[in-house]
Amino acid sequence: MELLLASGIGVLTAAGVWLLLRARTFPVMLGLTLLSYAVNLFIFSMGRLAINAPPVIREGVERYADPLPQALVLTAIVIAFAMTALLLALSVRMGYDTGGDHVDGGGGRP
Amino acid sequence: MSLILIVLLPFLMAALPRLAGRHDRLRCAVLAAGAPALSLVLLMSHAPAVFEGNLVQAGGQWLPAIGLNLTFMLDGFGFLFALLILAIGLLVILYAHYYLSPQDDASRFLSLLLLFMGSMLGVVLSDNLLLLVVFWECTSLSSFLLIGFWRERSDARQGARMALTVTGAGGLALLAGVLLIGNITGSFELSEVLDQREVLQGHPLFPLALFLVLLGAFTKSAQFPFHFWLPHAMAAPTPVSAYLHSATMVKAGVFLLARLYPLLGGNDLWFLLVTGTGLVTLVFAAWVALFQQDLKGLLAYSTISHLGLITLLFGLDTPLAVVAGVFHIINHATFKASLFMAAGIIDHETGTRDLRRLNGLSRYMPVTATLVAVAAAAMAGVPLLNGFLSKEMLLAKTLAVDTGTWADWLIPVMATVAGAFAVAYSLRLVHDVFFNGEPVDLERTPHEPPRWMRVPVELLVVLCVLVGVMPNLVVAPLLDIAVSGVLLGSVPDYSISLWHGFNLPLAMSAVALLFGSALYFGLQRGYNLHTYRDDGVSAKRLFDRLLETLVSASRLATGLVQNGSLQRYLWLLVAVALAAGTLPFYLGGYSTGDEILLPSNGAAIAMWLAVLCATVATVALHRRRLLSLVALGAVGLLVSLTFVLFSAPDLALTQLSVEVVTVVLLMVALRHLPATTPAEGTLPGKLRDALIALAAGVGVAALAYAALTRPLASISTYFLEQSVPKGGGSNVVNVILVDFRSFDTLVEILVLAVAGLTIQALLAGFVAPGHARAPDPHEARPLMLRVLARAILPFALAASAYLFLRGHNQPGGGFVAGLVTAIALLVQYMAGGRDSVPGSVHPDQPAPAAPPGEEGFDRWIAAGMFAAGLTGLGAAVIGFPFLTSSYAYFDLPLLGKVPLASAMFFDLGVYLTVVGSTMMMISSIGRVTTAPPAAPPSPAAVPGTGAG
Repeated sequence: MELLLASGIGVLTAAGVWLLLRARTFPVMLGLTLLSYAVNLFIFSMGRLAINAPPVIREGVERYADPLPQALVLTAIVIAFAMTALLLALSVRMGYDTGGDHVDGGGGRP
Repeated sequence: MSLILIVLLPFLMAALPRLAGRHDRLRCAVLAAGAPALSLVLLMSHAPAVFEGNLVQAGGQWLPAIGLNLTFMLDGFGFLFALLILAIGLLVILYAHYYLSPQDDASRFLSLLLLFMGSMLGVVLSDNLLLLVVFWECTSLSSFLLIGFWRERSDARQGARMALTVTGAGGLALLAGVLLIGNITGSFELSEVLDQREVLQGHPLFPLALFLVLLGAFTKSAQFPFHFWLPHAMAAPTPVSAYLHSATMVKAGVFLLARLYPLLGGNDLWFLLVTGTGLVTLVFAAWVALFQQDLKGLLAYSTISHLGLITLLFGLDTPLAVVAGVFHIINHATFKASLFMAAGIIDHETGTRDLRRLNGLSRYMPVTATLVAVAAAAMAGVPLLNGFLSKEMLLAKTLAVDTGTWADWLIPVMATVAGAFAVAYSLRLVHDVFFNGEPVDLERTPHEPPRWMRVPVELLVVLCVLVGVMPNLVVAPLLDIAVSGVLLGSVPDYSISLWHGFNLPLAMSAVALLFGSALYFGLQRGYNLHTYRDDGVSAKRLFDRLLETLVSASRLATGLVQNGSLQRYLWLLVAVALAAGTLPFYLGGYSTGDEILLPSNGAAIAMWLAVLCATVATVALHRRRLLSLVALGAVGLLVSLTFVLFSAPDLALTQLSVEVVTVVLLMVALRHLPATTPAEGTLPGKLRDALIALAAGVGVAALAYAALTRPLASISTYFLEQSVPKGGGSNVVNVILVDFRSFDTLVEILVLAVAGLTIQALLAGFVAPGHARAPDPHEARPLMLRVLARAILPFALAASAYLFLRGHNQPGGGFVAGLVTAIALLVQYMAGGRDSVPGSVHPDQPAPAAPPGEEGFDRWIAAGMFAAGLTGLGAAVIGFPFLTSSYAYFDLPLLGKVPLASAMFFDLGVYLTVVGSTMMMISSIGRVTTAPPAAPPSPAAVPGTGAG
């Protein structure tokens, strides 16, 4: 299971980085989103994996997943979303202001 | 306390001349004189204690953690310097009043002078070494401003910059040296450090510390090879040169040498470095001074030479040499300040400082001529003047050098040679300016300066004579306490008197006088010094070359990484992160742990395959944007399922709702972006990117796997144990968010709020120019969707409320509830067009086309932040730390037992902020309209855009 998750994070990272390095704003946004999935899963996994042990206190239950990375990742998800939205707003505005969606503005270099 | 005031008064009163305005110059000068006069009175109030040999200390802690304290001390040596600084400072203020022309802003000049004076007093009175360095740099900064006072002149600007570069760099070296000393001895207080000579000198890092401190002292005191800034600083107004470049700032270096002599001296390295530097500077600068054509340039090189002399004396490393050094500090300050002021008078009355044009002035200004002649004679070391006494002492001390090497005869010989040069340039100063023919094309007929302009010169010259004739009466007590300050209380047996009988030093003086006169007249006859042109390799040219090289090197380095291409920045960023992440594994080796792993099952493998497919699809389809967005949504859902699998229901809920909002947002944005991505990029570039991406993926996977297979030491046990008893909630994740770590959460929702507001500032009301790709917002929408959306809304809001209320005990909470509410509103938006989503939830009311910010979502954000912040403040008001929570349980019908913790209000704040920010983002992006091509948009007509 650990190998599956680790390799999954790797796949998401590789795809995210590849898209991040593209020249147009939309793929960059996709890449950033994928990368944020990867990072969130990575931080989450640092609490190690547990099945059927949600960190909700119940009588007579001793085994819980680590709640701290979960709390960290919860806000990280929301903030990653805010950043994606901000990037998107910047892209839209830049696209209109410079006449293209190349990351350096305009229609890109010939 | 009054000791601190001595230093602080010039700073505190520095603004006073500015208040007088630049036109009432007399009031300006009087106000400026107030600070040094008061400080002088305070200094004198300490005189009895100091002359009794006591150490006056004052001050307190400033930043004790790093050893930086506001501590001051006044001993005899500090007293001498403070006296010089304040007394000559007063004279310079008087002098400057007459020197500055009506076009000069006297108030600015005097303010800067006071700042410098305060900094200099700080240097000489600091007990704390770090504080001393702070003031040291203050003198560099204020002297930069003073040298560049005539800022419209390029030579002034260049000279100022050079002085700052050299002395500022030296100051940094000094700081490093002081830090080393402080670390080795364990204290930064001079009064404690000075006793620890053995500890410091026994430490292996002592040579480095010595070298760094000397670097600071030598740059400040313009010692070879750092001397070149001083002649260029002559572009300053002459009062600055008289003050900074004769009596005070350049003396800071030798002050430091003397101050730290008990700590750093007494070893071969000190002797070698300090004596060597002093000797070279003494001879070299005296020779160069002879060939200057600028009156102030001659004085500048002579100053360098005399500073070399003082440095040499401290380098000789005997108590008697220290006496001579301190004595020469006093003497040089008096005769050199008077000479600079006289040079300023000559410049002022004739309009030039060029020695080739200044000739025969004795007929026009006989009094000034006499004063200069006396001061120059003191500089040359003529008997009956103060310079003679200290020069005799120097010659005697050079003879006493006993190292058993060739240095024993080299040092006295070179000292005599330098003495001869000094006689020669002093002669040139007097002969060339006041005799030697007639002036050459002066703009006006020179005459004596205003009465009071000459007074400071007269006072100083009288002092030169008095010290020279009656040293024991005039200066001996002051010299005594100053030497005792330097040598920590022990004063050697010495005598200053005019006549020691016929001995070797006297003979050396005589030789210097004869040889120097012969040299000058010989050169003037045989060669004519006026025709000399300096066109060799100058230090300035080397310095400029060095600066140019540095600038072009940094341009090159900047150009390499910052060529304006965002893609390059990004791949560099990722590559550097990769390298930094790989390095520890490269050094320490990679291995996995041996924890027992969870067995995988079919469902997990299926999910893994699905993630793989969806991710590959996102990448493969990325040029067809809508399709790749669909694939991205699938990845998000799978991530959400992963959270479900691994016992993180809160994360799963959040990820799910964020995914919905993100996809909708991107879809809305697609309207404003091209539908497809053009194929571009070169093959090598793509290969590079692929390599980086692959390496990043493999690296992160390897890192994650290495971590996952190792045991966990978590701090979460505390949260799990205390969640119910202290936080009043069984959903630990939520309790952490709104209680244990609520300050983090507060800042996180602030980030969200700022992002929302920024997007609004960027886009709200923005009218896009030109091409209308956007569909009509009122185009037909599916009837079914509209009906369903209406019907769903109450259920969605109820679900959101449910998630919110149970959040403390079961998966849910403010973040998720906020996102669900936002999604509910979003559906309305999609079904009914943008006008159906006003700020308050009344879909039936027709909303007018709201101007930016008036959708009301900014109020949601404000209310949310207010609620969250207020909850925290509430705890603070009743005496608990910020954001302490308390709780109680209430039984509500239907819902059962509901905790009413104060944390719930906090969570309400989170909820409101999340809804407000999310809706703000979506509505801002959704409201971007496209102007009809006929009407060109005018940015000025759209208020509220372009910000951020």
